[in-house]
Amino acid sequence: MQAKVKVQRYDPEKSAEITFQDYEVEVPNHFTVLDTLVKIREEVDPSLALRCSCRAAICGSCAMRVDDQARLACNTRLASVVEDGGEVKIEPMGNQNVVKDLVVDLKLFWDKVRDIEPYLQPDVVPEEEFIASNESMLNLLTPMGCIMCGACVSDCTALEVDKSFIGPAALAKTYRFVADPRDDKTDHRLGKMNSAGGVWDCTRCYMCVEVCPKGVAPMDRIMQMRDSLMESGVTNTPGARHVKSFEHSVSNSGWLDETMLAVDSWGKFNLPKLVGNLPLAFRVLRRGKFPLPAPFHHKVPGNKNIKRIFERISNAKD
Amino acid sequence: MADHDVLVLGAGLAGMRAAISAHRAGANVAMISKVHPVRSHSNAAQGGINAALRGTDDSVDSHVFDTVKGSDYLGDQDAIEYMCIEAPAEIISLEHMGVIFSRDEEGRLGTRAFGGASSARTFFVADITGQAILHVMYEQIIKAGVSSYEEWFVTELIIEDGQCRGVIAIEMLSGETRAITAKAVIIAAGGVGRAFEPSTNALICTGDGLALAYRAGATLLDMEMIQYHPTTLAGNGVLLSEAARGEGAYLLNSKGERFMEHYAPKMKELASRDVVSRSEATEIEEGRGVDGCVFLDIRHLGREAILTKLGYIHEVARDYAGVDVINEPVPIRPGQHYIMGGIKTDVDTRAWDVTGTAGWGGPTGLFAAGETACVSVHGGNRLGANSLLETVVFGKRAGEVATEYARSISDFKVSESHLKDAKKRMKEVADRKDNGLMTAAMRLEMGQTMNEHLAVFRNEEGMQSALAEIRAIKERYSTLPIHHKGSIYNTDLIFHTELGYMLDVAETIAASGLLRKESRGAHFRKDIPDRNDEEWLKHTTARLVNGVLEVGTLPVTMTRWEPQARVY
Repeated sequence: MQAKVKVQRYDPEKSAEITFQDYEVEVPNHFTVLDTLVKIREEVDPSLALRCSCRAAICGSCAMRVDDQARLACNTRLASVVEDGGEVKIEPMGNQNVVKDLVVDLKLFWDKVRDIEPYLQPDVVPEEEFIASNESMLNLLTPMGCIMCGACVSDCTALEVDKSFIGPAALAKTYRFVADPRDDKTDHRLGKMNSAGGVWDCTRCYMCVEVCPKGVAPMDRIMQMRDSLMESGVTNTPGARHVKSFEHSVSNSGWLDETMLAVDSWGKFNLPKLVGNLPLAFRVLRRGKFPLPAPFHHKVPGNKNIKRIFERISNAKD
Repeated sequence: MADHDVLVLGAGLAGMRAAISAHRAGANVAMISKVHPVRSHSNAAQGGINAALRGTDDSVDSHVFDTVKGSDYLGDQDAIEYMCIEAPAEIISLEHMGVIFSRDEEGRLGTRAFGGASSARTFFVADITGQAILHVMYEQIIKAGVSSYEEWFVTELIIEDGQCRGVIAIEMLSGETRAITAKAVIIAAGGVGRAFEPSTNALICTGDGLALAYRAGATLLDMEMIQYHPTTLAGNGVLLSEAARGEGAYLLNSKGERFMEHYAPKMKELASRDVVSRSEATEIEEGRGVDGCVFLDIRHLGREAILTKLGYIHEVARDYAGVDVINEPVPIRPGQHYIMGGIKTDVDTRAWDVTGTAGWGGPTGLFAAGETACVSVHGGNRLGANSLLETVVFGKRAGEVATEYARSISDFKVSESHLKDAKKRMKEVADRKDNGLMTAAMRLEMGQTMNEHLAVFRNEEGMQSALAEIRAIKERYSTLPIHHKGSIYNTDLIFHTELGYMLDVAETIAASGLLRKESRGAHFRKDIPDRNDEEWLKHTTARLVNGVLEVGTLPVTMTRWEPQARVY
């Protein structure tokens, strides 16, 4: 097949400018994006920089953006992202500084992983192995499948606006220890994740679930940690109050009372935060999108049915 | 003052295990690797790790015997005994570090069957055992706070007065070249699969450690012993784990027959890898293959078992062969996978002869562990799941012994001429004029030559032509230019240097193959198809003497196991 491969180029030794270079290629149909880039590097342009190693989606070196979405170049068939004769855009991962071309600096990524104390911390180590059910180990297979490629971090929308967010990869790694029956630092770990930059800063946009090439689904792991926190009685944080307020509003009125959501989340007496949100409220008001706060917040028709759904889910969980 | 007591070249399983053990022994230790530790090729080990931990029908002796027999009696029995004795404790140690090994009904560690083993003694994490151990080992590196030079590419070892005192390396992100000194250097830099095309190996497996040691005067052992794995994909050579056969997979020919019944009536698909690969190659040669392949069939295991125990195989077959293994067999063939040979070391991982009388040698202060090394636990053929074991057992040992050795060395400052000379040599290469030669084209030529003549079946003529071809490519390599001149992340420069490493190693492989005038383990000569214990129950050696490759032999260390006919 033929394709135009549009590759982002950056070489700080030459220029501070980011450019795009087009390579017209003709490759066999089974070629992956990585095969194609390697062919370009080997036969056309040896200055093209990218990381790659295993070619089999296990080493995590070759994450990059293919048509605006983070992927492993090695398990993405070229034919799956571009039609014969079409054009495909290749860029380095997002949310990370570019070193050269498709190579990004992963220092911040690893700093965040290091911050979560990513190692087993048992209180007592037995003489022989820890006794643990096979089911509990299989449960860890999903987070352990993470190859630290950085795709989730690349496309995380929360990180895009808040660099202090620990991010999906390090949070999924945290879950790997929280859910490990051999680890005795669960409360400490969850407590840490309950603070700023932790589990509550995820915006639930699903991007990390979508782009993860190994099915780790970091957001689901984050939600599991939120559940664990709520279940262990941690309900008085902005994140937890946000969840409670959300549930209260929807189950009672059938839709969201966004004004009360802000007030409940930040706390009724947290004047600095609430005042700080006023400009946003005015902008929303100006565009005619300001929802009426309680007591004007009306109930939607049939809201009783919605309440019944909540009750049924709650009963099912018990 | 030396920068470190111990410097570990390579940060895969052997390297990280060595660094942790040196750290625990109190050394100032650092790792240096051309990739981030979790990108290392140990990731690709899928099936598991062997140990005779417990079980009514298993014993350390049985593990030793299976390994000796698997090696076709070429493995050094003292080293094999050491490895198998240490194995159970090392499995427990990995479990304590946090590896999520599969369990039995009682919640204790569970095992699966594996090739060439008389008992199910392979501990595993689905079919991602290597990855699961590698990432946990890196967690321990973080916990210990071991420093590492990540994405630093080593171009030579610093040798002074016959002693290894560090390395010259390029920091890839900046292009800076530096000397990093150490009282002891452990090479744990993996294999040389990319000298073959295709190979199951990652693109980084370019024999750097082997070539660096060889150029510095170390002895390479049994380099002709190249393992072809029985189940690799035809297209890109990617591996499908032996775990499939461990869980009960069939190998089928074009008639749908389980052909292994004819070659290994007792063990069938779970005979040792050299035997299975040869059987497949015979089936294909005799016309019972399809497009150069036979088939791996796991349909009868059922969807549930496939997805929980062989999920990665399912993923790889889907993504690279377009086959859903739940519903159809997948075409496979033997493919280059592993080198049993490597840097000759004693059981304490030292790459020099401490007795001074054993007829081999290398720079003092140099240690080796893992696939790079040949302490000789695999001999002529490695059993599946013994490689991960080798990395941790001998990685640990290397860290301990190197730390002890470093304590005996008084502080030194290396001459500045090493760095100056190295930079001069690099400049000479960088200044070469474009003469039309391309690194990738020469690498492909080398890879195809090796895969044609040093594969499952070999003969005198083929190996002679391979050696001549490799030497001809080496000749041209001496004028090969670097096309990209930048400093930052210049992979053109890296690939150029790697090709040089692979050519040196490829030459030793072909020359050692020519020397061994018999068939043993993975070295099967169609022109001399029998094993010859009288003349060839010995190791081959390859060493650079005054710039010229010299081959020779060394005796095999035997303890309790006399050679027998090898039947599976």
